[in-house]
Amino acid sequence: MRPNSDTQQQHSHCDISSALLLYRSRNPNLSASTMAAVGYDYEDGLPSSVDGGLSYDPSFVPDPVKSFVVHLYRHIREKNVYEIHQMYETSFHTLSDRMFKDTPWPSVEAVAQYVDNDHVFCLLYREMWYRHLYARLSPTLKQRIDSWDNYCSLFQVVLHGVVNMQLPNQWLWDMVDEFVYQFQSFCQYRAKMKNKTEQEIALLRQHDQAWNVYGVLNFLQALMEKSSIIQILEQEKEGLEQFTATDGYDYNGGSNVLKVLGYFSMVGLLRVHCLLGDYQTGLKCLLPIDISQQGVYTSVIGSHITTIYHYGFANLMLRRYVEAIREFNKILLYIYKTKQYHQKSPQYEQILKKNEQMYALLTISLSLCPQVKLVDETVNSQLREKYGEKMLRMQRYDDESFALYDELFSYACPKFITPSAPTYEEPLVNYNQDAYRLQLKLFLYEVKQQQQLSVVRTFLKVYSTISLEKLASYMEVDESTLRTILMTYKHKTHSVGADGKTISNADIDFYIDDDLIHVVESKTPKRYGDYFLRQIVKLEAVIGDMDRVKLE
Amino acid sequence: MACKLGQTGSSQGGPSLNPNGTKSHKRHLPAKTFRWTSNKMGREPPSQSQSQMSYTVEQLVAVNPYNPDILPDLENYVNEQVSSETYSLEANLCLLRLYQFEPERMSTQIVARILIKALMAMPAPDFSLCLFLIPERVQMDEQFKTLIVLSHYLETAKFRQFWDEAAKNRHILEVVPGFEQAIQRYAVHVLSLTYQKVPRTVIAEATNIEGVSLDKFIEHHVANSGWVVTKGQGKGQVVTLSLNEFNHPELKRSAADSIPLDHITRIFPVLG
Repeated sequence: MRPNSDTQQQHSHCDISSALLLYRSRNPNLSASTMAAVGYDYEDGLPSSVDGGLSYDPSFVPDPVKSFVVHLYRHIREKNVYEIHQMYETSFHTLSDRMFKDTPWPSVEAVAQYVDNDHVFCLLYREMWYRHLYARLSPTLKQRIDSWDNYCSLFQVVLHGVVNMQLPNQWLWDMVDEFVYQFQSFCQYRAKMKNKTEQEIALLRQHDQAWNVYGVLNFLQALMEKSSIIQILEQEKEGLEQFTATDGYDYNGGSNVLKVLGYFSMVGLLRVHCLLGDYQTGLKCLLPIDISQQGVYTSVIGSHITTIYHYGFANLMLRRYVEAIREFNKILLYIYKTKQYHQKSPQYEQILKKNEQMYALLTISLSLCPQVKLVDETVNSQLREKYGEKMLRMQRYDDESFALYDELFSYACPKFITPSAPTYEEPLVNYNQDAYRLQLKLFLYEVKQQQQLSVVRTFLKVYSTISLEKLASYMEVDESTLRTILMTYKHKTHSVGADGKTISNADIDFYIDDDLIHVVESKTPKRYGDYFLRQIVKLEAVIGDMDRVKLE
Repeated sequence: MACKLGQTGSSQGGPSLNPNGTKSHKRHLPAKTFRWTSNKMGREPPSQSQSQMSYTVEQLVAVNPYNPDILPDLENYVNEQVSSETYSLEANLCLLRLYQFEPERMSTQIVARILIKALMAMPAPDFSLCLFLIPERVQMDEQFKTLIVLSHYLETAKFRQFWDEAAKNRHILEVVPGFEQAIQRYAVHVLSLTYQKVPRTVIAEATNIEGVSLDKFIEHHVANSGWVVTKGQGKGQVVTLSLNEFNHPELKRSAADSIPLDHITRIFPVLG
């Protein structure tokens, strides 16, 4: 369903670029006076980054924008997902680059007349308007609050109204993604209390519902529930429903908006819970999506990466290292193979950044659980190039290695948030680092507890059996201490899975028979069974083909 | 106002593009009904009043995971878990989450109970899961510091230090019945992962049981878990623990070689 033909794209381009010429010829006439004439309600004044040199007139709609909204509105009305996608992914960014590099788009009031004042379209336009503002300028508090109000109106229309649109998955994902991002951004902003002006504090107190954590979580939850997405996915397994097969689109004249928003909300919930340090609940929210398979979440690269990044991170924090390594490996290999196709995408930078962060997380996982054989050769060589030297030092477990764990974790972790409102009592203090510091501290605590395990590992690697007494003298500890170290090794390398069963994450395992340690090298059991099953099916198909060939 | 892209149908009047923002958004969401009875799912409510309570609170959490109104119910439920020796990580995480959102409503007494319950759930990582949600300044509280130290000893299998420390802090721990037994279960779990044959003295240290009590403890496991007691070479009893895939790797091999049925179904057409 992803549109990919170029000829069509040029068609919509033509409109816009010819209109752009028109705009340029008009542009010099723009003056500060036109700007002041309009009644756009900016209580806080213009965004700080708009300085005197560039005049921004929110009520002036250049022709390319006129053409853009008119066409986009028409395509949405006609449910032409392909064209909507083109305009959304390409034209919007092209126009932004050429005309709105450091100013907002024209106000919705100014464009409304070109789209029959359509309420829903205006909500969609404003959603993009704020997204562009967040990406290129720094939003004021008033704008943050207004954007929240816009999401409320938009989601309410979707939840309560009968929306009959069909929107591209990319756009629907971006809505959920941006909604969570703006929430995170708001929490970070609010937590920096030190430099707040009195007006800002007054505004914060007045609008205490804006980006309220209950509101955010309940919207995501409501979208998920109202869309019945969990039941849909269940029924799909029994063949009663199609969702994944059509990439979530509805080919029977219905709308995909609520369903797909509900679907992506599960990923949104995973992310919010990770931001709050609630990894267990986050993973629970994702359960309806089977991440061992392709799904709608893989149809948009941003959603694919966000899902696996948070899934892997949560598993890392739950000490399920093997699971984290497996999923990081898969997605990193996927990015490696496909990133060339995204070079021109507006998400490209974000893809690269998450790619780097996941290599850092993979480094951490492998340092705590050296199961390199789970990692593909391509990913492994990238890993060695990026972190090979650091990884060697991280095995050592001295102060320096500790600092490396700190560094990599801080670089690659999600932007943790404190969800509660400030107390507004003097003295005003910043608390934007609190959540991050807590997660870091607890993570490093875990690393410290595993400090001696790599030493044990190096000895286990070279013996098939060794007596407790001998190993104790090699490690320069007494026998009773050695016993606790060995039990710690066992405890830390065996995690409790989601179903409550014990899972071994051990690369090298052992057992103690009285006073003798027996080392067990864990060979990955080769999956002969699976291989033979595949070959049987293949052979049968070949025989079937041959039967159909009639020999003269 | 035109609305071709969707009928709003809601009370929203006009394209309120610059809402005054004073309205509350909390209540815009579909009101969730609190279900105290369980017949919604077509299941009979459990007959025991105890388990009925647990069923309904679990359901309350499932339906209202982000509703501050259920906070008192969840607090009562923590006390209920303590007195009835039951446990629900999900309900407790939900409560810690509500505390995280509204720190002024936090009860340190309840948090302490949740943490002790989480320690009792070892080897599961529940204690860490709870700590991730408790602000650092709260963790500075003396009783929480003690619990964190206890958790550290358990995580690093330093059982002797653990039992010493626990004895010193009996006043914190004795509130929760079943604590010792739960830790002993964890100790047996770690021992079973590690040993095929283990000296009696090691069991004594890990479980903090000695003498006649230890005889009984071992006898119980001989009868129920397949332990076997043998005489060691001149240094007291040695206990052979029940074999599992972690202390007896051969068991794992055979499990890994099997093919799940749903994979076999792929060749059913061929076989038929």
